[in-house]
Amino acid sequence: MIKELTYPFDADEIIVKKRAIKRKLLEDKDNMVSKKVAILGGYTTNNVKNILELFLMANGILPEFYESEYARYYEDAVFGSEELDSFAPDVVYICTCNRNVPFYPDITDNAEEIDRLLDDTYSRYLDMWESIRERYNCPVIQNNFEMPYYRLLGNSDASDLHGRVNFLTRLNMKFYEYARSGNGLYICDINYISADYGLSEWSDPFYWYMYKYGLNASAIPYLAMNVANIIKSIYGKNKKGLVLDLDNTLWGGVIGDDGQDGIEIGQESSDAQAYSEFQDYISEQKKIGVLLNVNSKNDLENALLGLQHPDSKLSPDDFICIKSNWEPKDRNFKEIADELGLLPESLVFVDDNPAERQIVTDSLPGVSAPEMGEIHERIRVLDRSGFFEVTSLSDDDLKRNDMYKTNVIRRKQSEAFSDYHEYLLSLGMKAVICPFEELYYPRIAQLTNKSNQFNLTTKRYTVEEIASAAADNETITLYGRLEDRYGDNGIVSVVIGNVSGEVCDITLWLMSCRVLKRDMEYAMFDALVDECREVGVKTIIGNYYPTSKNSMVAEHYKTLGFSLCSEDEQGHTVWSFDIPFEYSRKNTVIDIGK
Amino acid sequence: MTREKIFDKLNRVFQDVFDNETLELEDNTTADDIEEWDSLTHIDLVVAVEREFGIKFSMGEVRKMQNVGEMADIIQKRI
Repeated sequence: MIKELTYPFDADEIIVKKRAIKRKLLEDKDNMVSKKVAILGGYTTNNVKNILELFLMANGILPEFYESEYARYYEDAVFGSEELDSFAPDVVYICTCNRNVPFYPDITDNAEEIDRLLDDTYSRYLDMWESIRERYNCPVIQNNFEMPYYRLLGNSDASDLHGRVNFLTRLNMKFYEYARSGNGLYICDINYISADYGLSEWSDPFYWYMYKYGLNASAIPYLAMNVANIIKSIYGKNKKGLVLDLDNTLWGGVIGDDGQDGIEIGQESSDAQAYSEFQDYISEQKKIGVLLNVNSKNDLENALLGLQHPDSKLSPDDFICIKSNWEPKDRNFKEIADELGLLPESLVFVDDNPAERQIVTDSLPGVSAPEMGEIHERIRVLDRSGFFEVTSLSDDDLKRNDMYKTNVIRRKQSEAFSDYHEYLLSLGMKAVICPFEELYYPRIAQLTNKSNQFNLTTKRYTVEEIASAAADNETITLYGRLEDRYGDNGIVSVVIGNVSGEVCDITLWLMSCRVLKRDMEYAMFDALVDECREVGVKTIIGNYYPTSKNSMVAEHYKTLGFSLCSEDEQGHTVWSFDIPFEYSRKNTVIDIGK
Repeated sequence: MTREKIFDKLNRVFQDVFDNETLELEDNTTADDIEEWDSLTHIDLVVAVEREFGIKFSMGEVRKMQNVGEMADIIQKRI
């Protein structure tokens, strides 16, 4: 992650150097996915767009933008435009502020009149969201409202129905209610972001009068970072875990020198309290599916001793990999990523020592390692960075730590078997492989966006597109979930194929790396063959589009017995498979239920 | 701060904003002389100059800044 854009950043520096930063980011553009972002603004959004571009690129997304004419957000959203239609956005961002609220309650209005005004104001937004969904079927990001710049009624402005604070708060609550209903609306919480920034500065009217900016020019990077975080989260580009140092990171002091009694954790001192709260925060992260790991320069024994401190909020069981040794931290970091089956850049390095952060980011350039500051600042640094921005929270997210942990146990177990087939049988695997079910659309969409390695076409889908695929008669959809004696892995594989006459063209085939080498791909193929036969398909076509991350599946179709039809200069290969009259099942180790 | 020093600093700020190390400012350099100096970039320039000199311009001052010389004059008055 590029330093200038890593929170805590110098916002003005980003504005001043945006051209140079962009130039630097573009060097890596081949590894980015393209997304079309339409910004429908209630004010001058040009600079929001420019800075958003930087933050999206830093998250591996190369944006193409549509920007509405000045303050034409409502017209564009409700009536569309030829330009916007042909642009076909992947995501729409409605960038408004409280200056776009046309009417506020008058002090003489009664409660009913105010309710009506509230409904009228809200319905303008509802119209926009619904017509965007109808027209473009894509996620919508909507700013809520920041609090007003002044309070006519003073503190009562919050509670009195005539107060603008009250009115905007009620309006925001209506936005949230809609967002909760799962209609693809995501709130960009500028009410929080502006409070965090300082409302007086954020809403400095200078910028409205001079430039028709809805916020302070210097605050734009904070807004842009948040919007980028929502977008990258929707497209599955969140980080997956933390790699944590121990001494002076999870507790104060050095366990090897100070001993278990000597480290700062618990309620005895202000430092100890700060470290305890930090541990609490980390353990909350775990609950939402963030994978926790340790990377520390200590004897293992001492590391465990520290984590077994009676006041420690975290215990050794909370971590998947604990690397505590005297190896260089970049090497440990890489090994942790390998053991989890993840790319190093999907993990965040948390270490108080700038030299260690440097070693890790120098040798593994994609890794984020924020400047942590003093212990009392660290929750803020991690929190504001938005590494794990939540836009959907599936059951699998909540169970993720357990799933990865059992994976590590499985790996150790496999070393005990000399025959791999026997090891697979010993796992007692059971799979359910079925056409897409509505309940799982969000998880399926999430997988299409985050799977990079075992992914033949790296085609990304929104929830809406998954729903359309499931509803289409000419499309075969399959999801696979896998459990074994160590636990439920949840949904781990997705296949989509388009049927045309006697041919089925596989447009998507992916599998989560946590179930590699478990023959799950064979089970999926068997199921695909069954589905194909049912609709009279005789030939299955597969495509492999190489990316910088999916070389592990270059030979996937060959392994399944497909024959190569063509290969172009970019390495894109096309394969075909004629379903034989007597098809013998490839999977012999997984029990298939329905 | 001498006008020369202010000019030096301004020059660096402009080089940063336009990402162009060869940019050389003159007293009478205006938006017409630098292709990318439009009204939107002007806002970035104001932010950049405020950051460099640790000052905040008034609306009147920003409106008055038609060329680099005027910018330097205003800065000199303020620091």
